[in-house]
Amino acid sequence: MALFRKTRFSQVGTREIKNVPKNIASKCPECKHVHIEKDLSQKLKVCDRCGHHFSLPAKQRLKQIVDEGTFRETDPGLTSVDPLEFPGYAEKLEQVREKSGLNEAVITGFGKLEGIELGLGIMAPEFMLGSMGSVVGEKITRLINKSREKKKPLVIFSASGGARMQESIYSLMQMAKTSAALARFSDAGQLYISVLTHPTTGGVTASFAMLGDINIAEPGSLIGFAGPRVIQQTIGQKLPEGFQRAEFLLEHGFIDRIVERKNLKKELALLLKFHQGGEKVG
Amino acid sequence: MASWGKQLAHLEEKIKELEIFAREQNIDLSGEIKSLQEKAKQIREEQNIEITPWQRVKLARNMERPTTLDYIEMICTDFTELHGDRLFSDDPAIIAGIARLGEQPVTVIGHQKGRSTKDNIARNFGMPHPEGYRKALRLMEQANKFNRPIITFIDTPGAYPGLGAEERGQGEAIARNLREMSGLKVPIVVVVTGEGGSGGALALAVGDWVCMFENAVYSVISPEGCASILWKDPGKAEQAAGSLKLTAEDLKKAGVIDAIIEEPEGGCHLDSKEMGKRLAEHLEEIVPYFQKMKPSVLLERRWERFSKLGVWTEETQAQKKVSQ
Repeated sequence: MALFRKTRFSQVGTREIKNVPKNIASKCPECKHVHIEKDLSQKLKVCDRCGHHFSLPAKQRLKQIVDEGTFRETDPGLTSVDPLEFPGYAEKLEQVREKSGLNEAVITGFGKLEGIELGLGIMAPEFMLGSMGSVVGEKITRLINKSREKKKPLVIFSASGGARMQESIYSLMQMAKTSAALARFSDAGQLYISVLTHPTTGGVTASFAMLGDINIAEPGSLIGFAGPRVIQQTIGQKLPEGFQRAEFLLEHGFIDRIVERKNLKKELALLLKFHQGGEKVG
Repeated sequence: MASWGKQLAHLEEKIKELEIFAREQNIDLSGEIKSLQEKAKQIREEQNIEITPWQRVKLARNMERPTTLDYIEMICTDFTELHGDRLFSDDPAIIAGIARLGEQPVTVIGHQKGRSTKDNIARNFGMPHPEGYRKALRLMEQANKFNRPIITFIDTPGAYPGLGAEERGQGEAIARNLREMSGLKVPIVVVVTGEGGSGGALALAVGDWVCMFENAVYSVISPEGCASILWKDPGKAEQAAGSLKLTAEDLKKAGVIDAIIEEPEGGCHLDSKEMGKRLAEHLEEIVPYFQKMKPSVLLERRWERFSKLGVWTEETQAQKKVSQ
């Protein structure tokens, strides 16, 4: 029966595509379709064949969400140092800054979303996997505090591999700091919507990302505390299909809604409008 | 290794042997053990030996080290354990209840490692599931209601990374504890007794006063985890232990902890009674100090304590424009 086992398609094509530089084409990890990067960016980095959401660089996210010309960045000059003189960290920061064109793994500021003024934090998965060190924690804390002072609603888009190891204990403390800031924000009766995008894990999941009045996730996003590889090593068995994906979290009651990227802005506007004009009662 | 190193290792081995022998045969060898300890101490002082961070990691994980339950029994009276998160189950990796510190009722909560291998398996090696954190929060809120100070004991490799833990929201449980602890109106005193493993440790460690045993460690990730992720080589854990700056001394410098409680020579497992005495003295001084504070002052101070942590540089807007 060897005849039927023969590969029907030639492998030559794939080999050629493998040689294409990374920034020109991206292969969809779900349906394996190869997209030209320029086209993909125009489609908000969503595969039009299967709906897979690629991770979205912070600046593109900002452009999609905020009304044109309304965004004013806060604390752009806050810069990471290498407080523990961790091997290779200073060089890594320099490289990533150059490559990503960003100063840190989060952009914070105030702008308008369909005319509604809000505090906005957007994590950058392209900057050291969106890991949270002192600067990310401090920028987010300041954003929360400023939103509280200005009495504005707050939306934070998470995308993070977790705490930044190279800043060790300082990174860990950012979890306590951002969560404490959110407690004060919530006590003031203000609205915080957390949008969890691919991937949101570790210290970010275990702090501000899970503390929204409303938690929203993009379809298929990996969301969890421990990374899948660590879990697999610990339990010594393969993880079930769909484990730690947005749909899994919805099923287990940890997020309110899954919203496709193309509908995010509309849906956020709808939710923000429910809470407009409402000062804290009592 | 230099000859004093061999001598020291030999002495430590002998001490351990004697201890095991004394316990098994139920005879008193404390005089002999003490004289050997003196000798070891003398060698260390002569050579001015610093314990390396990796050695501290090992000391912090030592199976012989007293557990949370041991400390509660040593420093408190009338300990009454309370169980369950009222939602799913009772997590044996976190122990909690009410006890008296002197005359004062306190809520005590801590990670619980096993005292034997069998016990350790039952306790999941002190690695909590979400229900452990939710039990802790339930009892902290209870303490808040009845105006009882809270003492927490930190000794965990980390929150458990497993299927059930993720299904039941490990991240959410930790996040909620961090948020809620920042607003509890009673004093929270945190004692890092052994391993302070990342978010799983922090979820019980948002307090007004964080003290740490001399050989305890506290970091964002284990040295093994750090080495295998960053350098793809778990064998470099010793190096990572140095880079992570996880010792009590490092953390005191960083402003993350407030006090270091010195351990008996060679580590607190060699003289747990003495360690208990030192801890009790420390707590009997610290807990009343915070009890005297007005809740509003206490909360503001707690917020200040955590909000200032971190290191960065800040270019002003004007400078930024110039540099562009």
